[in-house]
Amino acid sequence: MDFPEGLKYSKEHEWVLVEDDVAIIGITEFAQGELGDIVFVELPEVGEKISKDDPFGSLESVKAVSDIFAPISGTVVEINDALPDSPETINEDPYGDGWMIKVQMTDMNELKDLMSPEDYAEFIKQQNEEEDEDEGD
Amino acid sequence: MSECFQKSKGQLPTPQLIFETGSAGRSGFFWPDNPKTKPEWIPARFLRDDIPGFPELGELEVMRHFTRLSHLNYSIEGQFYPLGSCTMKYNPKINEVVARLTGLSLLHPLAPLPLIQGALELLRGLERMLAEICGMDHVTLQPAAGAQGEMTGLMMVRAYLSARGNPRRKILIPDTAHGTNPASSTLCSYEVVQVPSNDRGIIEAKKVKEVMDEEVAGLMITNPNTFGIFEQDIQAIAEIIHEKGGLIYMDGANLNALMGIAKPGDMGVDLLHMNLHKTFSTPHGGGGPGAGPVGVKGFLQDYLPVPRIIQGAEGYELSEDFPKSVGRVRSFFGNFGILVRAYSYIISLGSDGLEEASRMALLNANYVRSRLKEHYHVPYSEPCLHECVFTDRLQQKHGVHTIDIAKRLLDYGFHPPTIYFPLVVSGAIMIEPTETESPETLDAFIDALISIAREAKESPSLVKSAPHTTPVGRLDETRAARNLILRWNPSKEDGK
Repeated sequence: MDFPEGLKYSKEHEWVLVEDDVAIIGITEFAQGELGDIVFVELPEVGEKISKDDPFGSLESVKAVSDIFAPISGTVVEINDALPDSPETINEDPYGDGWMIKVQMTDMNELKDLMSPEDYAEFIKQQNEEEDEDEGD
Repeated sequence: MSECFQKSKGQLPTPQLIFETGSAGRSGFFWPDNPKTKPEWIPARFLRDDIPGFPELGELEVMRHFTRLSHLNYSIEGQFYPLGSCTMKYNPKINEVVARLTGLSLLHPLAPLPLIQGALELLRGLERMLAEICGMDHVTLQPAAGAQGEMTGLMMVRAYLSARGNPRRKILIPDTAHGTNPASSTLCSYEVVQVPSNDRGIIEAKKVKEVMDEEVAGLMITNPNTFGIFEQDIQAIAEIIHEKGGLIYMDGANLNALMGIAKPGDMGVDLLHMNLHKTFSTPHGGGGPGAGPVGVKGFLQDYLPVPRIIQGAEGYELSEDFPKSVGRVRSFFGNFGILVRAYSYIISLGSDGLEEASRMALLNANYVRSRLKEHYHVPYSEPCLHECVFTDRLQQKHGVHTIDIAKRLLDYGFHPPTIYFPLVVSGAIMIEPTETESPETLDAFIDALISIAREAKESPSLVKSAPHTTPVGRLDETRAARNLILRWNPSKEDGK
């Protein structure tokens, strides 16, 4: 599984690319794999304020609808207009053309709570191991 | 394939769309004269042009087409329907007989009071019986579905708290909740705060305490929850909520696990809705309409919807004289015909019968859980009540997922269970057998699932490409969802 360098990762499986005080946000390859084929994307509007850990949009796959949680707080300055018409982009290129929103951050300190690629890879590995331990009952 | 319980219905040809059948010029009806001649006296603007691709068939062909389609229907009266959380129990036919009595079925909704005393007596009786079953003081029968019951309940919560000075901002909802709970909260302008369930599949009092404050209007809790597990901390949770002035709303979707055994009113619940089309055996799904009565404790009764049935000097009356009421939530008095069926169900089972029904539902679910737990991963070790949840964890290593297991069940002649819900369990398979199934049916269903678990190991591609015996094979759900085409378009040659 791919965890590109230069990105920061949240426990809710979003990635963040920081360019000055603007954060570009998307979901990870792991997240898109868990969701399955995405068929509908709901994004906030430009100018909307989002706050860390609150949902800012939703993704609908053939299995279920899932909230997308904000990894940081700020104001939405741009959204990926192409996604609503081609939601499959998120499955095909989660770290590239599948980006979702750009946010002007209000608190750069929040970035400290996010994980490095190595830590995120470890986080996913641990989660899988926990699941395997449960298997005994 | 020899172990399949139901083989392909070989006599049925591959179903064609009606647009794909017939032949030019064929018809079940002919004008006396040249059919192409349009009568002159019909104004031109009312005349329809030819529709390209419009099917031309004889009457018998049309009859056979639709009769064949009707044979493809799947219903509880034909087969087992283990759809978790939906309570697809059998609806006894006595309910239909009673609802069809002309004194009830032909009643005009605007008939004067003296002529509808019997109907009002029935509704009052149903209100009282539902209140007794839930341990509530009053019941409104108006809401036409569970979700409308939720909204009615939350409107009452808001009205009650507003009258005390502050409607508050937030509603607490466990992560196992039905999706309608957060939707209803949002509709009533509340912000949803999710409460995580623990590794036993329930929410803990201490988690509720962490998020409870004076801005929380209440907690919406489903008990037993959607894992089919009883929320054992409910009383402690209710104390925490009540201490800070909040209310406990119970989603009564799973009330069929509690009838005659335990009353939500005794657990600290202040108000709840019941789904008559689940617990009380009224028609379901597309066969509805539904009914979602709401029960409340005495201190909330002023806020109940109007009109309410009251005892007047000359019999029952309908009164709108409740100034604090949230108002009317449904035309006339709710779905009356459905209420009659629920009344009939409760009366015909009696209190002992209702308890027995719940106990049988619990027994059946635990039987399924116990026979299948060697073959499918069980996420929680707690015993279940009326439904049980498995996952595809053991099958995943062979590349077989929940969706494949569900599709393969179709080949064995069973409706698949609820899948991928509750959302907090990855690859969930949620089975609710209900009390109305015999041990033989349960065994046949369990054997099919065991057989599929074996196939997943030995010939995974058989499961992954299922179904094989249905009129159409595996549908491309992704393409259908991404590329919505809701009607046949005859102007396009292949209609696709």
